[in-house]
Amino acid sequence: MAFSQKRIQKEILTMTTSPPPGTRLVTETMQTTKEFLVEVHGAQGTLFAGEQFKLLFKFGDRYPFESPQVMFVGDHIPEHPHVYSNGHICLSILTDDWSPALSVESVCLSILSMLSSCTEKKRPPDNAFYIRTCSSNPKDTRWWYHDDKV
Amino acid sequence: MESDDDYYEDDIDPDDYDDGHNFDNEDVEVDEGYLGESSVDARISSYNPDLGDDDPYPYECLSADKVVGLMNEIIREVNDIVNIPSTTLRILLAHFNWDKELLLEKYYEYEGNQERIFAEAHVISPLKSKSLARRKSGRSIEQACEICCNNYSSSFMTGLDCGHSFCKGCWSQYLCTKIIDEGMSQTISCPEFECDIIVDDAVVMNLITDQKVCRKYQHLITNSFVMCNPLLKWCPAPDCHHVIKVEYRDKRPVKCECGREFCFDCGESWHDPVLCMHLRKWLKKCDDDSETSHWISANTKECPKCQVTIEKDGGCNHMVCRNQACKHEFCWVCLGPWDPHGASWYNCNRYNAEEAKKARDLQESSREMLQRYLFYCNRYMNHLQSLKFEHKLYARIKRKMEEMQQLNMSWIEVQFLKRAVDVLCQCRQTLMYTYVFAFFLKRNNQSIIFEGNQADVEKATELLSEYLERDVTTASLGEIKQKVQDKYRYCDSRRNVLLRHVHEGYDKDWWEYIETS
Ligand SMILES: [Zn+2]
Ligand SMILES: [Zn+2]
Ligand SMILES: [Zn+2]
Ligand SMILES: [Zn+2]
Ligand SMILES: [Zn+2]
Ligand SMILES: [Zn+2]
Repeated sequence: MAFSQKRIQKEILTMTTSPPPGTRLVTETMQTTKEFLVEVHGAQGTLFAGEQFKLLFKFGDRYPFESPQVMFVGDHIPEHPHVYSNGHICLSILTDDWSPALSVESVCLSILSMLSSCTEKKRPPDNAFYIRTCSSNPKDTRWWYHDDKV
Repeated sequence: MESDDDYYEDDIDPDDYDDGHNFDNEDVEVDEGYLGESSVDARISSYNPDLGDDDPYPYECLSADKVVGLMNEIIREVNDIVNIPSTTLRILLAHFNWDKELLLEKYYEYEGNQERIFAEAHVISPLKSKSLARRKSGRSIEQACEICCNNYSSSFMTGLDCGHSFCKGCWSQYLCTKIIDEGMSQTISCPEFECDIIVDDAVVMNLITDQKVCRKYQHLITNSFVMCNPLLKWCPAPDCHHVIKVEYRDKRPVKCECGREFCFDCGESWHDPVLCMHLRKWLKKCDDDSETSHWISANTKECPKCQVTIEKDGGCNHMVCRNQACKHEFCWVCLGPWDPHGASWYNCNRYNAEEAKKARDLQESSREMLQRYLFYCNRYMNHLQSLKFEHKLYARIKRKMEEMQQLNMSWIEVQFLKRAVDVLCQCRQTLMYTYVFAFFLKRNNQSIIFEGNQADVEKATELLSEYLERDVTTASLGEIKQKVQDKYRYCDSRRNVLLRHVHEGYDKDWWEYIETS
C-alpha cells in the first residue's frame, strides 16, 4: 500500500539516522520493507549489560493501523519475566494498547525500558506451558498482561 | 435508517425535531424510570393472555429506525435540561449505559466540578474546548500527519477536542479498523497513543465514506443502546431487526411483527408455565446431554472410574476405557476391576465381590437420574416434534375449510377448524413446558394434583389431534362442527385449569424444586 510505504521509509530513516541509544537497524541483510531486524544492546548498569539481542518486526498490510508483530529471535533471548523463551514478549502496546501513532522507534524504547527496569532474571511463571501451546504469531495470543512494574 | 441526517443531528433543535421523524411521540413517551426500571418480580404473575383474566402487558414493536429515533429522543430530552452538544451527550449517555436519570443525578452531584463527569466519560469538557483543533481558523499551513508521514494542508487534517490531529485518510482507515475488525463503536478513542478521548458519532460519520462501514457503525451503536436498555429487546428470530419495547420489565409474552412470540425476560419462545431460570437450565442440560440417549442402549455402560460412556462392540467382557487419560480395565459383567479376573476371559465369577457391587450401585444411581431426565425429555421432545409438523395440519385443515365453503358454509362458519388447530398448538406448547416444569419439581401433594391436570390436558390434546388428523376427513359436516368444538373447548378449559394451578402455586409457594447438578 502506497501510503504505509511512505511511513516505513520514514521509520527506516529515523532508525538509521537517530535510533534510540542501544539499538541498530540491521540494513545489511534487509530484503523487504515488510520486516525489520533490530539489534538491541543491554544498557550499562542493568542486568543485561553487555548482552546483545535481536528483535524482529513484521508489518502486515494494515500497518500502522494494526500493530506490527514483534518478537526476539536468534539463540539469545533475554531472560526476563515478560519474555518467553521462544521470543514472545508480553507487552500491552504490542496488542491491546497499540496506537497507529506509535512506531518502531517507540516500540524499541519501550522494550529497552522494559529490559532496563528488570530486577531479577527469570522467565514468566507459565513459560513451559505457554511455549508448548502458543501459536507462532504472538499476536494470536490473548495476552493477560503481567504486572507492569517489573 | 430514515436518513443520515436524522441519525446524526449535530445539534438537535427541539422545534424541527418532529419533522424528521414520522413516529408519533405520544407512543414512545419516555417517562420517569424509563431506563432505571429494574425491579422485576421474581415470579410469573398470575396473568396469562390466553386466560384473559388480568391486566394487559403493553408493548410495541419498533423498527431499527425507530430505535434510532428513540435514542435521539433521549438525547434531546437530556439536552433540554443540560446544555451540552448532542455528540458529547451521546458519549456521556453511553458511558452511563443510557441511564439518563443517573447521568443527570451525577451531573448535579458534581455541580461546580462538572469537568469530572466529562473526564470519567473520556470526553473533553465542552465548557472549555472552544479553542481547540476542530475549530481552527481557515489559514492553510502544511502539516505532517504523524501516522502516514505525509504533509497536508491543515484543512485535510482533523482531530477531536484533545488537539491531536491526523489526516482524514488515516482517520478513516483507523476508524474502519476499529469498527470492522474490532467491532467497536462507542468506545473508539483518539488514535494518539495513550489518548483516551472518545470519538463522537458526528466525527465518525463525517470521516467514513464507505457505506458498509457506516451501516455497521450504526448497527453497533443501536445494538449497544438496546443492550443497555432493560426495556428493549431484539426479536430473537434470525434476520429480524425489530425491537420490542415494553413499559416495564416482566416475564410476559410479546409478539414481534415478524410473528415470533417470545418471553420478554429471557428471549426464549413463550414458555408458560415454567420459569425462565428453569427453562435456561433445561436447555443447557439438553445441549450437554445430547449424547445421553445412547446411554440406555443395552450396549453401553459407563467406565466405573471416569464415567465415560463405553460401548461394547464385541463379545469379550474385558473392557478397556476408551478415555486415553483413564484406560481403566474392567469387567463388563460385574463392572469390577479387571485384574482379579486374571485369565478368565469368557467368564465372570466375581459378580458379588464388594468392589464390583459398589461400582454397580454407583452406575445404578446415575442411571436413575438419567432415566428421570429421559422420561421428561422424551415427552418434551415429543410435543416439540409434533409442533413442528402442525403446519402440515394447518394446510390440510385449510383445504377442508375451502371444501366446506363450497358446500354452502360461510367463511365465518368454518373458522372453528382453524381455531381448533390453534388450540391444539397452544396445548402442545404448554404441555411441552410443563414437562420442563415437572423435571425440576419435587413430589408433594400439589405436584400430584399438577400431574393429574397435566395428564388431563395430555389426553384431551391427543384426542383432539387424532380427530383433526383422521376423522375430520370422513365424518359428516354437522357432526364435525359439533365434535371439533366440543373437543377444542374441552382442551382449552383443561389447559387453563392446568396453568391456573401452576400460577396459583407460584403465588402461594407450593412448589419445591429438586437439586440439579
Ligand atoms: Zn495520515
Ligand atoms: Zn487525542
Ligand atoms: Zn421479529
Ligand atoms: Zn422467559
Ligand atoms: Zn475410564
Ligand atoms: Zn467380572
